[in-house]
Amino acid sequence: MDRLGFLTGRAARAVLILFGVIVLNFVLLRLAPGDAASVLAGDQGAADPAFVAELRHDLGLDRSVPEQLWIYTKSLARLDFGQSYRDQRPVVDIIAERLPATLLLTLTAFCFALGTGIALGSIAARHAGSLLDTVLTGISVMFFAMPLFWTGLMAILLFSVWLNWLPSYGMQTVGEGGSDLSLVGDVAVHLILPALTLGLFYMAIYMRVTRASVLDVLDRDFVRTARAKGLKPGLIWRQHVLRNALLPIITFASLQAGQLIGGSILIETVFAWPGVGRLAFDALMQRDYNLLLAIFFITSTIVVVINLAADFLYVAADPRIEMGA
Amino acid sequence: MALPRTPFLRHPGAVAGALILIAILLMAIFAGILFPGDPWRMVARPNLPPFSPGHLFGTDMLGRDLAAGIAHGAQVTLLIALAVTLLAVAFGTAIGAVAGYFGGWVDDVAMRFTEFFQTIPSFLLTVVIVAIVAPSLASIILAIAIVSWPQIARLVRAEVLSLVNQDFVRAARVGGLSTARIIWGHILPNVLSPVIVAASLMTATVILIESGISFLGLGNREFVSWGYLLGTGRTAFRVNWWLSTIPGLAIFLTVLSLNLVGDGLNHWLNPRNSNRGGRA
Repeated sequence: MDRLGFLTGRAARAVLILFGVIVLNFVLLRLAPGDAASVLAGDQGAADPAFVAELRHDLGLDRSVPEQLWIYTKSLARLDFGQSYRDQRPVVDIIAERLPATLLLTLTAFCFALGTGIALGSIAARHAGSLLDTVLTGISVMFFAMPLFWTGLMAILLFSVWLNWLPSYGMQTVGEGGSDLSLVGDVAVHLILPALTLGLFYMAIYMRVTRASVLDVLDRDFVRTARAKGLKPGLIWRQHVLRNALLPIITFASLQAGQLIGGSILIETVFAWPGVGRLAFDALMQRDYNLLLAIFFITSTIVVVINLAADFLYVAADPRIEMGA
Repeated sequence: MALPRTPFLRHPGAVAGALILIAILLMAIFAGILFPGDPWRMVARPNLPPFSPGHLFGTDMLGRDLAAGIAHGAQVTLLIALAVTLLAVAFGTAIGAVAGYFGGWVDDVAMRFTEFFQTIPSFLLTVVIVAIVAPSLASIILAIAIVSWPQIARLVRAEVLSLVNQDFVRAARVGGLSTARIIWGHILPNVLSPVIVAASLMTATVILIESGISFLGLGNREFVSWGYLLGTGRTAFRVNWWLSTIPGLAIFLTVLSLNLVGDGLNHWLNPRNSNRGGRA
């Protein structure tokens, strides 16, 4: 299989997954109690059957199921997710407002998790069996077992309530004006606790995977050969071990993108971070299914795109893929 | 299933995990005897801190005993975890076995289906399903199972693929056994040990997901799990810190012990696949 074929196949899969998400969304929307028409009509205080029937017709709810699915797909392709039941504004606008905050949070958490996870995981593998390895593995096992939101609450208790070091709420200090620079600093300070909380859980996972992957590579023949021909340990480590060990981690980390974004709903709820996760929680509380399902669709799309990007990255990083490995 | 040579007891982490797990199981089983009656009735002054006489974990804002809540909550949490694991293992094994045994387009379809559920944000999907279908014990179990089975399917498929052309399977085919009997009687027993390991690790993840769902307030007053306790304790956690700290600790210890037991089982049952320290 050549590179182009591999990537075309991956792109086709991505499209297939997106179509699956559309169908799933459509099914869930139909399962939701009360269709859009009755909710809209109820909001406007009218239970008049004729008015509801007219709304149903406008919304295409009186057509056949495949027709409705087609209409739905077309509207999603236009990024038209309809109105929020509660806010009476286009859902896509509401989400667009909140997306930057979530991207800031999840990207910070991801970079922290990947950086420290790979560093600590390879240190543990390099000293496998030592006390240091036991301590590092112990840390990873601990953070892997903590519920995200609980770690968040405990962090607030420790660093905000008892020590009073860091803010625990929102993204900015309320009523704080000032220069752009002080605003950046203010957001950064607010970012520390939520990003660390989200990041530590994934750090634990990346540490574990890195350690296993490095140990696996260390055992391979080419590393033995490199040692036998007398290469410097530092060179073997960088050129032979890390490069090979990190490849599976790229794929693995990209597959975790969905989980990371999903985890942000808990973290944003705990820290009142004004992102999409918090929005999903509010939509949940207000039974605003239109908004909730749009969030599900958009985050799924982001995840599919990230996975596809990781495939491209993988092809760029690993020449062996050309041989269909 | 080949019998491992080293005893399970040689893995200290796994033994510690198993002991914690047994203690939690006993607490769940005997919750009704340890804390008889409705755990949600007022028994003492509200907001008693932990280690108050007679109330080890203190009381909440309505004077309910938190220790009783933890013990009864263990039943709900463990019941959900067990039910989800059974469902996910059954479904995942079925999909994986069929995909691996038949190969070809059946495998393709099954794997695309599996990939789909692995790609989409699974926690968000469980939340959406529970919210839309209305929170109940059944909907929570089903929603978590829907996002949990794919890893079992992938595992079973890979194992079946490695077995399907081996001599004992060919012999069974030549012997005229039905496909169902070959898969059930000859292939699946050989897949059992990695599935047991994956199931024990999955139970831990399920507890984390369930606690997250209940924490968001999607639980139900009729089945109070640890996550639900944590979520309700959260409103006053800056003052009554124990109301969210202690249920969280219970979740943490259970998940930790399940992971330790799972890792121990993995070293024990599949010594070749596990990465033990000291190899390099």
